[in-house]
Amino acid sequence: MTAMPRSGELPLPQDEDALELYGESVHSRMLLGTALYSSPEIMRMAVEASGAGIVTVSLRRESGGDGSGQRFWDLVRNLGLRLLPNTAGCHTVKEAVTTAQMAREVFETDWVKLEVIANDDTLQPDVFGLVEAARILSGEGFKVFPYCTDDLSVAERLLTAGCEVLMPWAAPIGTGRGLINPYALRSLRAYFPKTPLIVDAGIGAPSHAAGAMELGFDAILLNTAVAKAKDPAIMAEAFAKSILAGRLAYRAGLMPQRDMASPSTPLAGLASFDMPDAS
Amino acid sequence: MKIKVNGELKLTAAKNLEELCRELGVTEARIATARNGEFVPAAARAKAGIAEGDAIEILSPRQGG
Repeated sequence: MTAMPRSGELPLPQDEDALELYGESVHSRMLLGTALYSSPEIMRMAVEASGAGIVTVSLRRESGGDGSGQRFWDLVRNLGLRLLPNTAGCHTVKEAVTTAQMAREVFETDWVKLEVIANDDTLQPDVFGLVEAARILSGEGFKVFPYCTDDLSVAERLLTAGCEVLMPWAAPIGTGRGLINPYALRSLRAYFPKTPLIVDAGIGAPSHAAGAMELGFDAILLNTAVAKAKDPAIMAEAFAKSILAGRLAYRAGLMPQRDMASPSTPLAGLASFDMPDAS
Repeated sequence: MKIKVNGELKLTAAKNLEELCRELGVTEARIATARNGEFVPAAARAKAGIAEGDAIEILSPRQGG
């Protein structure tokens, strides 16, 4: 008997639709953040319900030897998943590069979600600093996952800087506003058909995630929408299913939209109920 | 001498980063260190001297999005 797939995994032979990120196969197209949950246990339950293969983590100041860093490390290590450390909160190239170097040692991975923030109100990426930090870190052997805008020229420069994956925003971090510029996202997908594109930030509802996947994006990274749900584990499962649905729909091929209605039931053979002619 | 550790002023007699970590009781913790904005790998802490006014950052794993 074939085992049922976990949430977020395709009900297909395991390697048929795997996502390749820096040469590694990933079997879930949902990446989940570990922040903002009401407790570590609720975070663990949400991660498990999501079926995610990659979770994002961060570094903060060690708080006087209270052991919180070590406890969090033990928790995420026991999840047995790929860790993607971020440089959240960094505003300069220097801060981001140093944080990435420190994260590589602590989390024992050369993967880094690179964030260089330009503005605290919008959390918009500083794309100039981002490209420069990506160039430096790629040169040091990091596998850079840049949190970027949907700008084509920025995307080109990030690829030239050594990035093999791009993570454009759907909307500003934490807003939950969904795909605010689907045209730009569609353009990005069309211009870079072979580059893994992960929508990162701004996803608020499973329908947003499904919409991005239907556009052909390769994966979704989210945090707040799950962590701040009334029931994070159930929301994680909802997102996993929507991401799977969007992926299947993209692979199946969506029908083209039309301006005019078109009947789905054949007109041929339609009965006539006209009254017979009395003459 | 006076230095800053994670943004707070601190008096220390430590001569290098390894001694400072021992003084702070974080030698066994999963941490990463930086001195004056430069990453100092764990293996290099004993050779990373500390001078008056240095700014030390000691970071550990946290939740992230």
